[in-house]
Amino acid sequence: MMGLSEEDWTAILLSLRVASVATLASLPVGLALAYILARFRFPGRTLLDGLIHLPLVMPPVVTGYLLLLSFGRKGPIGAFLDECCGLVFSFRWTGAALAAAVMGLPLMVRAIRLTLESQDRRLEQAAGTLGARPLFVFATVTLPLALPGILAGSILSFAKALGEFGATITFVSNIPGETQTIPSAIYTFTQVPGGDANALRLTAVSIVISLLALIASEILARRLNRQVASFS
Amino acid sequence: MIEIDVGLARANFTLAVKFSAGEGITALFGESGAGKSTVLHLVAGLLKPDRGRIIVNGTVFTDIAQGIFLPSHRRRIGYVFQDALLFPHLSVRQNLTYGRWFTKPDANGITLAQVTELLGIGALLDRRPTTLSGGERQRVAIGRALLASPHVLLMDEPLAALDIDRKREIIPYIQRLRDELKLPILYVSHAIEEVARLADRVILMAQGQVTSDGPPQHVLSPKAGPGDDRFARVSILTTGHPSYDPDYQLTQVSHPAGSITLAGRLIPQDGPIRVVIRATDVTIALSKPRELSIRTALRGKVAGVSEPLGAVVMVEVELEGGEILAAAVTRKAVDELGLGEGDQVHCLVKSVSIDDRLMAIKD
Repeated sequence: MMGLSEEDWTAILLSLRVASVATLASLPVGLALAYILARFRFPGRTLLDGLIHLPLVMPPVVTGYLLLLSFGRKGPIGAFLDECCGLVFSFRWTGAALAAAVMGLPLMVRAIRLTLESQDRRLEQAAGTLGARPLFVFATVTLPLALPGILAGSILSFAKALGEFGATITFVSNIPGETQTIPSAIYTFTQVPGGDANALRLTAVSIVISLLALIASEILARRLNRQVASFS
Repeated sequence: MIEIDVGLARANFTLAVKFSAGEGITALFGESGAGKSTVLHLVAGLLKPDRGRIIVNGTVFTDIAQGIFLPSHRRRIGYVFQDALLFPHLSVRQNLTYGRWFTKPDANGITLAQVTELLGIGALLDRRPTTLSGGERQRVAIGRALLASPHVLLMDEPLAALDIDRKREIIPYIQRLRDELKLPILYVSHAIEEVARLADRVILMAQGQVTSDGPPQHVLSPKAGPGDDRFARVSILTTGHPSYDPDYQLTQVSHPAGSITLAGRLIPQDGPIRVVIRATDVTIALSKPRELSIRTALRGKVAGVSEPLGAVVMVEVELEGGEILAAAVTRKAVDELGLGEGDQVHCLVKSVSIDDRLMAIKD
């Protein structure tokens, strides 16, 4: 179909799966971190902020190598997770998802944190005076009003996951059908003679996916904004 | 019943207030920064005092000595903010019923139907807050607070963000709340007309302290009024039953010092009426005027003339019957008329400057 080989399809579907899992799995973590950074002042806050942002500024290869050291089979966290829950990251697609999640986390946290910081906190106070306990306030006021930011953060994280290359290839290598995502596949095709056509096809696919994701997010964001927009 | 006795150090003053308030509207009145809103925040649990206690209907909200500080959501208060603060992502109906999640429906009997009727918001139920006018939004905010079955209603400058027509639209609803719900209401405002019109009792605040406390006629009388701004000076007169002249569309109310003519028809037709007169709307005459358009001339004698500084002087006239009326006149006029304490004068008030807007009310 569309002149795509079976190999291409494998890479595309794997990429989509890795990016989706990475985004969904990092969403609760990103939300919690953004909320903590936006609402609380505590010692070590700057350090936490810095740690979250590290993958954004470090060479991706360094991030990947650190993941390999800690989440690899012999790494302290990797060994523990393997033993306790049978969860293996190294040289598996789950590892690719982990790498993509870590790389996308700073973008997600930034976007969510921005909406949380721009919220009128007196709306939460108003909900409190009406009798809502803090958890209920979070679920019925804070969260719905932060939806545009949560959506924007998820899209950014998803896009980052689709394009992630350096950390992924360092951490889980480039195994067709297991860890070979679109970028790794393109890279592989460019390394072999006559691979240009394949590389170009996958490039086109990746442009289409990115565009679709952006358009979808734009439409959703507009709809949400119309709902949430307030002029007071 | 609200009992409050608290202290709190703020950046620019130390708040120390002690009072108790029952049913009806108790207005906290004073200039911006006097600590009025801080008091509401303390009652609502949005702020914690340094010392003292707050008790509402026997429930201890705050008692610093005992280490008690009830969180906001367990205080059963209705808080109406200056800018409504409706939830933008919920419909008007969902906003109104938000507090219903947390109270038993039979707790105080007020229903959604009653609230929408009381506030005239039945037609708005399916709208979004963003599509409402400022006045409508504020009415919905009041309804939302009432539906949480509060034991006390806290209103923090609920009209300050609205223009004169929106104020005019809402004030009768707040009067109805006052008259129909047996609820203590703490009402913060720095607008004297609002306070004069609505309050059963006024607590005057300055620099975090209570400086005066009592019925509006006493607290807002010219001597006690805040500041020297002549446009902020008003006098409150209590008058007898009104009569309406449909031909000229004028309302006449009786006062010991003479009858007062008001333009238009007052909404409450029975009972004594509180008339609020701005000092800048009063002219002083030594004899009863004959060839003048003014219909209201009140007899009295000069009780005091303020320090003659600048162009404008405040003359306080003790009307027949004992009430005080303040007139802002030029220093030159005082000198040329030779006004002094004890002089018999007539205070002229233009009828058109008093109407049902904010100036005359049921007592």
